[in-house]
Amino acid sequence: MAQHEYDVIIVGSGAGGGMATFQLANAGLRVALVEAGDYYDPADEEQRTQLRYPWESPRRGASTLRRPFGDYNSCIGGWHLDGEPYTMKGTTDFMWWRGRMLGGRTNHWGRIALRFGPLDFKHRDIDGLGENWPIDYDDIKPYYDKLDKLVGVYGSNEGLYNDPDGFFLPAPKPRLHELYYIEGAKKAGVPVYPARKSILTKRINNDRGVCFYCGQCSRACGIHADFSSSTVLIYPALQGGQVDLYTKAMVREVTTDAEGLATGVSYINKEENQEYHLKSRSVVLAASACSSARILLNSKSTQHENGLGNSSDHVGRYLHDSTGASRAAFLPSLMDREIYNEDGVGGMHIYTPWWLQGESLEFTRGYHLEIGGGMGMPSYGFGFAVNQYNEFLGEQVGGYGNQLRDDIRKFYGSRLSIACRGESIAQYQNRCELDPTVVDEWGIPVLRFDYQWTDNEIKQAKHMQDTMEELLTSSGGILLGNKPGADEDYGLTKPGEIIHEVGTTRMGTDPNASVTNEFGQLHDSKNVFIADGGPFVSQADKNPTWTILALAWRQSEYIIEQMMQRNL
Amino acid sequence: MSMDRREYLKTLFLAPLGGSIIASSGKSNAANNISWTPLPKTFSYGRTEPEKQTDAELFAENYFREHELLTIAVLCDIILPNEHPNGGALDAGLPDFVEFMVKDRDQYKLPVRGGVAWLDSYAIEKFGSDFINISEDQQLSICEEIAYPDTENSVLQPGISFFSLMRNFTMTGYYTSEQGFEDLGYVGNTPNVWDGVPDHVLKKHGMEYDAEWLSKCVDQSRKEIIAEWDDDGNLIT
Repeated sequence: MAQHEYDVIIVGSGAGGGMATFQLANAGLRVALVEAGDYYDPADEEQRTQLRYPWESPRRGASTLRRPFGDYNSCIGGWHLDGEPYTMKGTTDFMWWRGRMLGGRTNHWGRIALRFGPLDFKHRDIDGLGENWPIDYDDIKPYYDKLDKLVGVYGSNEGLYNDPDGFFLPAPKPRLHELYYIEGAKKAGVPVYPARKSILTKRINNDRGVCFYCGQCSRACGIHADFSSSTVLIYPALQGGQVDLYTKAMVREVTTDAEGLATGVSYINKEENQEYHLKSRSVVLAASACSSARILLNSKSTQHENGLGNSSDHVGRYLHDSTGASRAAFLPSLMDREIYNEDGVGGMHIYTPWWLQGESLEFTRGYHLEIGGGMGMPSYGFGFAVNQYNEFLGEQVGGYGNQLRDDIRKFYGSRLSIACRGESIAQYQNRCELDPTVVDEWGIPVLRFDYQWTDNEIKQAKHMQDTMEELLTSSGGILLGNKPGADEDYGLTKPGEIIHEVGTTRMGTDPNASVTNEFGQLHDSKNVFIADGGPFVSQADKNPTWTILALAWRQSEYIIEQMMQRNL
Repeated sequence: MSMDRREYLKTLFLAPLGGSIIASSGKSNAANNISWTPLPKTFSYGRTEPEKQTDAELFAENYFREHELLTIAVLCDIILPNEHPNGGALDAGLPDFVEFMVKDRDQYKLPVRGGVAWLDSYAIEKFGSDFINISEDQQLSICEEIAYPDTENSVLQPGISFFSLMRNFTMTGYYTSEQGFEDLGYVGNTPNVWDGVPDHVLKKHGMEYDAEWLSKCVDQSRKEIIAEWDDDGNLIT
């Protein structure tokens, strides 16, 4: 293969890499997009999982090691990848999800698209914990605005200070179990609003379709009515002819010259098991917070002995994921309900953002509530413990024979569930670093995780459990399962489990306490940029994707400007 | 106890394994005649090459002995009988499904193998023959003992766990089949327009949509008109 020269090499095709590709290619730059997985298009019949019935799979949609969220889920990847281990230090129990496909983990996310608010960028000012971002809401607002219009997100303008208004598509009407939640929340004095999700409830342009309400965004949409990086950003960018796409290409390191500037990347073509080098004027790493940190740490040279961008020893530090906890209830009012199609959009139509800002609580930082339930399509697991709710009705549990059919219909769609997603405090000690002895199948040193929740997250989870109990009960539900107590950290999810991990290359003004500047540009090497969740200073009680996209757009404009000024 | 246990087990192990799923060593009951709709062994639903290979290997793997598969079939049939307008477990090919799932999730291998063995052992103790070779009434009398998880009887606990597992497999396998969708009356998984809970359902639940909330929702008659906003974020199309 001949050596190509590019203006920019982008590593990773998820949210950040997709936006960088779209913006930089549209600006006329020559772009190489390097993705470790395969090409993917949900409109390709060979790859389609949308609108399939459970019996089209021999395991009826059950999860596999390769598709942990079920074998119709579109995200190829997971917690465990063949030949690509990761390790833990001490009692760490970190879960690391990696996507291996065009579009990366945007094929997986719940399309929940929440802007960070003004407080989210300056939380140290409020509680003295963590660090402030070097930017504020006004710096990013124009990009959120443009993003809403380019990509599309349904929601509503509510005038909430820390959950800012935007340019929303209209919301889908609540489903029946969601109306029960709305009533329950009202009784409990907890606000509830239309959800904000990147799904097209209304036409946004002539290239993408409008949602047809199959409820299967997690399977990726054949008419591109939901956002994934590949369908919305990368395919259009590829059509412009400015982009060379390299798939099955596993990046080993960023190569640098005598001045310590990047000259390109080396990667392994996984099919040929052969190593190649690509040359470029600049490099954008968007491989995911931990993968980009790994590439930097593996990019050692005489100029960057501790790894590229790591003179401050901050690469991999401040790794933090969202907190999570969940609970479910049985709603007797929904027993024996009439069956109709309520698939709706993929996931929730309503949600509760953090509502106790400024209250004196046992913990700091908030969480939002995601509402689930309803008459979903049966898949593997449906019908397990078929009539366990009989317990609440004083009737017999178990049995056999045709009576079980009545039980199935009696309880179908009678469940209401809540999942909380909260903000943790980024900790200096929580990090990923190179394992000194373990390598992957291409000989690349792998990551070792060292991560513990603090008391703050555990107390937050306790509050989540109390809240969920109150809301499910006030919605008319009978709580299912036991409320996890202190011995189980109140059901707090494992770090990494919510797949919102960020912070490994945090931005800041002080090169001794941060890895990049406010544009995700390495302090140590000006032609290397990070476009994933790595530069996040704090996670907020929001899902990170919308902010990754907005920051990547802002960064792209900066790169274009710097190139025009010949600074790169 | 009508038969020497050791002698019986010898017979069981020496019984010939025929090629037909209907084969049995020739006693007098349902297992002789049991058959089910075979499920396909090839699938095409957006698989990657490694996934295709894994599934092909799973289909090629022989895990269950014929006797075990027949026992599974008898249990599935008891749990959801065929005598119903929407068919039952055997019409929906449940033994094939259970076999695949147990191979796919091998944490189930031992519980199912051991469960069948427990059931046989219990049937021999009680009625002198393994489970598929006792009469239907005898089979049902054993199921009555192990079909209810609340039963407090330490001797029966392994059987209760096994029966619960088989009920889970049967229910999930059936309700993820075409017959099961028919039985449930599931109507989703198809392009449509969601425009809220039907009025009569709302009424039945004493609910109504709040007018202010509805003002934020999609006007489905205008969904194809490209979205435009004023500078304040108000949708104007």
